[in-house]
Amino acid sequence: MTLAAHPHAVRPLRKRIADASEPYLYSAPALILIIAVMLVPLVLGISYAFRDIQLLNPFSGGFIGLDHFRALGEDQAFFRALRNTLWWTGASVFLQFIFGLILALLLDKPFAGRGLAQALVFLPWAVPSFLAGLNWAWLFNPVIGPLPHWMHALGILDAPNNILSDPQLAMWGPIAANVWWGIPFFAITLLAALQAIPRDLYEAASIDGAGPVQRFLSITLPFLAPTIAITILLRTVWISNFADLIVVMTNGGPADRTQIVASYIFTQAFKRLDFGYASAIALVLLVLLLAYSMLIVLLRQTLLNKG
Amino acid sequence: MRSKPFLTVAHRLAILAYIVVALFPLFWLLKVSVTPNDLLYSEGVRMWPSRATFEHYTFVIAHSAFPTFFKNSLIVAGSTAVAVTILASLAGYALSRFRFRAKYWIVALMLVTQMFPLVMLVAPIFKMLSPLGLTNSLTGLVIVYTAFNVPFATFLMQSFFDGIPRDLEEAAMIDGATQFVAFRQIILPLTLPGIAATLGFVFTAAWSELLFALMLISGNDAATFPVGLLTFVSKFSVDFGQMMAAGILALIPACLFFLLIQRYLVQGLTAGAVKG
Repeated sequence: MTLAAHPHAVRPLRKRIADASEPYLYSAPALILIIAVMLVPLVLGISYAFRDIQLLNPFSGGFIGLDHFRALGEDQAFFRALRNTLWWTGASVFLQFIFGLILALLLDKPFAGRGLAQALVFLPWAVPSFLAGLNWAWLFNPVIGPLPHWMHALGILDAPNNILSDPQLAMWGPIAANVWWGIPFFAITLLAALQAIPRDLYEAASIDGAGPVQRFLSITLPFLAPTIAITILLRTVWISNFADLIVVMTNGGPADRTQIVASYIFTQAFKRLDFGYASAIALVLLVLLLAYSMLIVLLRQTLLNKG
Repeated sequence: MRSKPFLTVAHRLAILAYIVVALFPLFWLLKVSVTPNDLLYSEGVRMWPSRATFEHYTFVIAHSAFPTFFKNSLIVAGSTAVAVTILASLAGYALSRFRFRAKYWIVALMLVTQMFPLVMLVAPIFKMLSPLGLTNSLTGLVIVYTAFNVPFATFLMQSFFDGIPRDLEEAAMIDGATQFVAFRQIILPLTLPGIAATLGFVFTAAWSELLFALMLISGNDAATFPVGLLTFVSKFSVDFGQMMAAGILALIPACLFFLLIQRYLVQGLTAGAVKG
């Protein structure tokens, strides 16, 4: 609005400056906030990794170099959390992708009531994550939930117990909740990509005598491949950081069997109030995620160069 | 398309299976929330109680802190949604309409914020907000949530602005309007669907956020719904009916929003995908 006050007769230089600064004026409020609330804490957090920061200890705060990382190297709970993260992320992404792809293929066919069916199957996506976690924790609870009884009846469980308190099986609880909650995301993304495939291709292929399997392999999959690759990459990073369901359902227990790195960081900061150590773990997680992303990008480059 | 009746039946059954799996947990939430306490254990795995009641709902609404949690969450999610939409419209417009030197860096910065684990920021943000008196305050939560949601919302708004032809504001500017006036009076009204989508996405995200709310809020007075519900669960873990009644209440705003936007979901993403 201040720009409107300038009459047309002002010196062109002032006008030029005003014009050049205009995009910055539009983006400044968002940028300032992002820098203050995300970038500054990120840098602070990295510095905490090398400092002794404990919330309840007024004498803490000094630089301690690599002490946290040495402690981390001997922290069995951390290495367990790292293995659990791989398991949690791998199983969740794989199952979400498979079930999401099947759902997208099913919904891609026109049928009566498709709009309603789509609204219903995508509904879990709208459920807040903490509620999805509680909801599944209750389903697995033999007192009020049906799942232990059904699994017992099917012979999967020896007795209708809560799998969330069984160290061997506990991880399947959050994974089940995560798959239920995440299928719609994959399905929505893949369905959008499916609908962008030109229909003539399928007709031409049918005329040439291609069967459904052949059409899927030689038209659908190649068209979906870029979407699949980018969605899986993004979701892998996202799910490996996604601690809500685990914090809500098991809090990392029993005996740290469901603790992933992200929930371990949260526990260190929230329960132990050891901000320095939490930041050191977070820094390691960040480096690992960066390495993973770089690896994927490099892999993609080499594959593209080959093809 | 011609298809065999067997395949058609299999297709419909598969869809039905997905619907049942998607809805069953929510149905169970509803079922337990209307089961009277004396039937809860005796009719554990029955699909519907022999006698339904709303007593858990009346208790939760009249005798618990949940109305406060609900109000706090509404305030936080609503303010965050409005603040993010304003900031993201401005920034998204700059990215959509101007060529300027720092554009590349701004986009890079926003992408980076989407990639690193937010849980990294739990400790530093607590340390930063605490001397400012912004821990245990709704304002603090709004500031944090706004910053977290601005990058994605900016990209979303940018894609909506990209869909509007430039000729419109160019015509207005030839008539003597400044770019900001053209933006406010011509472009913004045309992006109303985009603004609604952004408001909805951010509202749901802020409504659902758990970890930062747990860390930053300690008392009941400023607790949001997730924090309140979790505290309730760990304190009164036998009142299943009441917990699930509260859960159903927490679901309402999210589902309302979802029903409003779900038909645009696939469409919008398709448009985005085609554009690249």
